Amino acid sequence: MITVNHYLVLSAILFALGTFGVLTRRNAIVIFMCIELMLNAVNLSFIALSHHLGNLDGQIFVFFVMTVAAAEAAVGLALMITFFRNRESIEVDDISMLKW
Amino acid sequence: MENLVQLAMQNVNFAAIMPSLVLCCFGMAILLINVFMPRGKTTSASLISIIALLVTAVVSLQGWNNPQFGFAGHVALDNFATFFNMTFLLAAGLTILMSDDYLRREGYPIGEYYPLILFSTAGAMWMASGTDLMTIFLGLEVLSISLYILAGMFRHQLQSNEAGLKYFLLGAFSTGFLLYGIALLYGVAGTTNVADIGLYLSAHPAMIGNPMTVAGMLLMSIGFLFKIAAAPFHMWTPDVYQGAPTPVTAFMSAGPKAAAFAALMRIFILGLAGLQSEWTSLLWGLAILTMIIGNVTAIYQTNLKRMLAYSSIAHAGYALVGLVAANAVGVSGILFYMLAYTFMNLGAFAVLVLAGKKGEENLTLEGFSGFGFKRPFLGVAMTIFLLSLMGIPPTAGFAGKFYIFAGAIKSGYIWLAIIGVLNSAVSLYYYLRVIVYMYFKDPQEDYSWVSMHTGAVVSIVIAIVGVLYLGIIPGKIMEMAKLAIF
Repeated sequence: MITVNHYLVLSAILFALGTFGVLTRRNAIVIFMCIELMLNAVNLSFIALSHHLGNLDGQIFVFFVMTVAAAEAAVGLALMITFFRNRESIEVDDISMLKW
Repeated sequence: MENLVQLAMQNVNFAAIMPSLVLCCFGMAILLINVFMPRGKTTSASLISIIALLVTAVVSLQGWNNPQFGFAGHVALDNFATFFNMTFLLAAGLTILMSDDYLRREGYPIGEYYPLILFSTAGAMWMASGTDLMTIFLGLEVLSISLYILAGMFRHQLQSNEAGLKYFLLGAFSTGFLLYGIALLYGVAGTTNVADIGLYLSAHPAMIGNPMTVAGMLLMSIGFLFKIAAAPFHMWTPDVYQGAPTPVTAFMSAGPKAAAFAALMRIFILGLAGLQSEWTSLLWGLAILTMIIGNVTAIYQTNLKRMLAYSSIAHAGYALVGLVAANAVGVSGILFYMLAYTFMNLGAFAVLVLAGKKGEENLTLEGFSGFGFKRPFLGVAMTIFLLSLMGIPPTAGFAGKFYIFAGAIKSGYIWLAIIGVLNSAVSLYYYLRVIVYMYFKDPQEDYSWVSMHTGAVVSIVIAIVGVLYLGIIPGKIMEMAKLAIF
């Protein structure tokens, strides 16, 4: 029997994987994919909790998260393209002009 | 079906979202107008934006002492939201005034700049007036996404590209944590409404110590502390502030910071009042860390934009002290401080906007040698803003810090207030250094490139009036701030 706890644990694992990826990967696009993984882990939590609690707020929230993620992707990829045009790289190690 | 529609319409109250609605409509209209304007002609867009902000201010003031609630408890235009709306509108107005000539000088007279500022202001308003985590999240994202674009606006400049990309990656990362926190709190309370979460927690005290509640609160705070630029989530601030176009930096240092404070205050004080001992001990530590990191690192900076970035981290620390105090003086002190900070910081950035050459390589301490005598008006203005940032009476910065530290002492956080005052003393060093360079060094250049553009000068004058008014007669605005808190 799969309970809400299973979903929450799975979501926590996915979220941790995403966070780990953001911290260790060096390619901006892969980092962005890891961020998307984090957001989708959250979506999974929302849906599981919404089903468990029997109210729809969580599912509505997921729609908003997906919309926002789409808008963010559009802007983020555009920023990456402009950076690539000037620097011919999207490695985060090359985002190094501004430093302490 | 008809019943459903009727039920839905009962909850709709457009008065509650009117300010942001007006701003968004104007923003979209300006986008359309831009299509029909010749390239490079952006003055009319900036004028319309100013009109939009004035209209919004009038509309928003309808909510003062006349709270409007709507959309099934998702939005409230109360005194709190109105006070913050005024702060955002002021920040946006001063930014737009200083932008027009700057954009032309830097070779990017892009009409879309103004609608983006308006949209991010509307996002900030949703954050201040959102009474549901869903609305607050949406507001945060509208604000952030517009700012990502604005930070990376100068697309042939590597600096600006980097600022935009860094801000985007770290901002999206912090959004992930914010959302996870919201999901956990939703799991605990079964609702995303801030007030209902508060009611649930007070009805079920056993849930307060639940790891899920505490983890939810911590993860959610990360998202807001990131926007506030509190340590240890401040790493993006100096890079983004330095790389972004100067007016955008000015806006970023005032608008989003105030918006994140508004959301944090509403959530912590209304929703998570049951966890007050947890979040005060968290913010207590972070406030000290933020003040020390901001002030000490600012000492080593030679670029003025970067120095102001670290100083903005330090000021976030001072304002957090008010939230730790969590009493009427401290919390209304934050409202006052955000307004004061908007005046003084945007004023300082407006001077930088005028003083910069194309490409802005001269915005260093050396570049300001003798600036005060060559450009007397800008020198005096900069001195006033720096004195205010230091917290010297009779300026707005002094009054703001006074209220916040008084609130901390009243709540028994005497050591916190002492550390805050000591930090202010440290900050004297790097602010005074700029004044020393302006008045006691021999000028290297004649500053012939500085043209006194009307818009920027108007914004400097408004900022000076604001700083002195809030500094000399702070009582009236403070009374309003006291009416505005919960």
